[in-house]
Amino acid sequence: MPESSTSLSRLRRRVARIEGARVSGGPARFATGHAAIDAWLGGGLARGRLHEVMADDSEDAGSLSGFAAMLALRIDAGKPSLWLRTEAAERRAGKLYATGLGEIGLHGGDLILGLLGDDAALLKAANDAARCAGLGALVVESWGESKPLNLTTTRRLMLAAEASGVTVLLLRGGARESPSVADTRWRVAPAPSIALAADAPGPPVFDLELLRRRAGPAGRRWRVEWNRERRAFQPPDGQVDGQALSGAVLPLAAG
Amino acid sequence: MTGRRYLALFFPWLPAERIRITRPHLFAGRAGAPYALTEKVKGALRVHAIDQEAARLGIERGMTLADARARLPELEAFDHVPHDDHLWLERLADGCARYTPWVMLDAPDGLVLDVTGCTHLLGTETALASDVLARLDRLGVTAQHAFTANPDAARALARWRSVGANEDEAVRRLPVVALGLEEEATTALKRAGLKTVGDVVARPLSAIAARFGSDAAAQVRRIMGEADSPLTPRIVAPPLIVERRFAEPVARTEFALTVLGELIADAAARLDETHEGGRRFEARFFRTDGLVRRMAVETGRPTRDVAAVLRLFRERIETLADPIDPGFGFDLIRLDVPVAERLDAAQLRLEGGAVGEAELAQLIDRLSTRVGRGRVRRFAPRDRHLPEQAELMLPATDPVPPGDWPELETGEPPLRPIHLFDPPQLIDSIASEVPDGPPRQFRWRRVLHDVARVEGPERIATPWWGSRQAPTRDYYRVEDRRGRRFWIFRHGLYGEVAEPGWYIHGLFA
Repeated sequence: MPESSTSLSRLRRRVARIEGARVSGGPARFATGHAAIDAWLGGGLARGRLHEVMADDSEDAGSLSGFAAMLALRIDAGKPSLWLRTEAAERRAGKLYATGLGEIGLHGGDLILGLLGDDAALLKAANDAARCAGLGALVVESWGESKPLNLTTTRRLMLAAEASGVTVLLLRGGARESPSVADTRWRVAPAPSIALAADAPGPPVFDLELLRRRAGPAGRRWRVEWNRERRAFQPPDGQVDGQALSGAVLPLAAG
Repeated sequence: MTGRRYLALFFPWLPAERIRITRPHLFAGRAGAPYALTEKVKGALRVHAIDQEAARLGIERGMTLADARARLPELEAFDHVPHDDHLWLERLADGCARYTPWVMLDAPDGLVLDVTGCTHLLGTETALASDVLARLDRLGVTAQHAFTANPDAARALARWRSVGANEDEAVRRLPVVALGLEEEATTALKRAGLKTVGDVVARPLSAIAARFGSDAAAQVRRIMGEADSPLTPRIVAPPLIVERRFAEPVARTEFALTVLGELIADAAARLDETHEGGRRFEARFFRTDGLVRRMAVETGRPTRDVAAVLRLFRERIETLADPIDPGFGFDLIRLDVPVAERLDAAQLRLEGGAVGEAELAQLIDRLSTRVGRGRVRRFAPRDRHLPEQAELMLPATDPVPPGDWPELETGEPPLRPIHLFDPPQLIDSIASEVPDGPPRQFRWRRVLHDVARVEGPERIATPWWGSRQAPTRDYYRVEDRRGRRFWIFRHGLYGEVAEPGWYIHGLFA
């Protein structure tokens, strides 16, 4: 028996080495285009994983959806995206407007919208959709505290996403942070844009906060601007590239 | 060609009689009053068809409705609907299928029946014709008929009715109009002194072809039975129905579903033979006490995938408010496929793209079955100025209509919001520096917003050609001090309405 146990342990070591190599290689990632964020995340957000985005209240709905749509654009899998939301979300934050989504670069024809009755139906549909390899990104939008959303359900979503390679973006508006297995968790809030001529509002600018990250430290903040032509995030004009806002809020531009 | 017999039917008053038969309520209490069907030609209403009474009183086809009314003030007019007439003709053709399987439509107002070998069923040709006419008469349809050995001659004889010692003689006596040539050629034939078909036939065909076109010569050959006439009989595909009867009623729902799976497999095998896939599947469960439970599922693409269809049925059963109750049992389960489309076998692509697409289509079907077709949607652009009408939300299972999304200019910020409120939300306590200027401050959902940046107005008016006129809207893109971007508008210009209201129409990213 001693021979067999040593060979078994050798085999185990070999398997561990192979697995270790895979873990260190990590999942495929998509870059946000913002150099500082990508450097911090080690190349961007992981594909085929669950990511959570929080927003405080319904007035931030535009930023929340906008950020999700922009991430879906960055994923750029060449496949359509599915956006699932509840009827309550539609009442609270308004309908999704494809012409406007087109103005940030997301083509209306690449998006399928599903309206569900409640959060339980939303999660059920999300679980089915996360298994469908024909999707590029899956956006699941839920507003308010969601009872069926817990550690187990997020884990199920994560497993489905890992198996199919669909990147799942779970949008949680007006909700407290709850336990989840999401790869990253963000908070998004609108920020004053860089004024154009005649003091007109410029391209969308957000304050992003990385609240949680499974594979490393979090708690960083960045202010990002969306560049439609490059389809990428970038530091807002007039700010040094790569310089992160560490906890501080920029002084507001005098109106 | 020899030995074949054709029966041609011609319905001289088809549109008028169609409307009288299918919509009798229009004629309640006005039996026998003259009426006409009109259509718009170059902006004028012209009489397209009339009934016999109107014809007797001197109304002719082609005159304007105004002229006809001047002659006959009590003339009733209805819209001419060619599509309905065609459907009616199809219905008459369906009825004629009792005499022969070969029925050809002679649009817009005739039928040609190939009755070769069918006449003996009713004895003689005369008996057959009187049976056809009697049935049509009972329905209220006037018809003229003719028998000959070739379809073109039969058609012409039914329409232009001439008599002769024999059929050949009768055809020769037909006027040249009966050749069915273009008006120019017909006029030319008449000018040349050729009044009847017989006159034309008497000339050498090469001369006719040289002077009046090869069409004329070909038509003469066809009407005289010297050339084949192409016949395109109607083919009505039989509906695809599979069913299973049980000697003993089935009381278990699970077993009933297993049987449904077998029925789907049967239907799929038959669809496979015709290279088709079903778009809609309807199942009916007949209970012994007479209750029938119906269920239907639809798919976005034609399919004959048994497992996928059965899964859709299970999905549908799960969403039912009251589960299927077998009661004392089902004694018959039937499945039909009312909508089927062509589906050829496809090869799987190595890189798996097709598999992904098929998976997505199945996902859409499943979600649509669960929550309803109208709630899984795709966006389609629409060329409208009003923002809430600029796009359509269509069921994702339907094909996408063609259309282009608006072009974007480089360097512009987004000019349209990504969330749109429908209806727009009223905002109150708006403060602006000048009455028709942009707002400085507003309150929405109990929160006060100080406007930091603003662009506008973008003026969008309701189309002047529309029937409903609403006040003009002045849209502003505003950003408050915290960076929230809104799309707000003033509903109405000062002067246009007394107290214009302000609304939030959307949220920007």
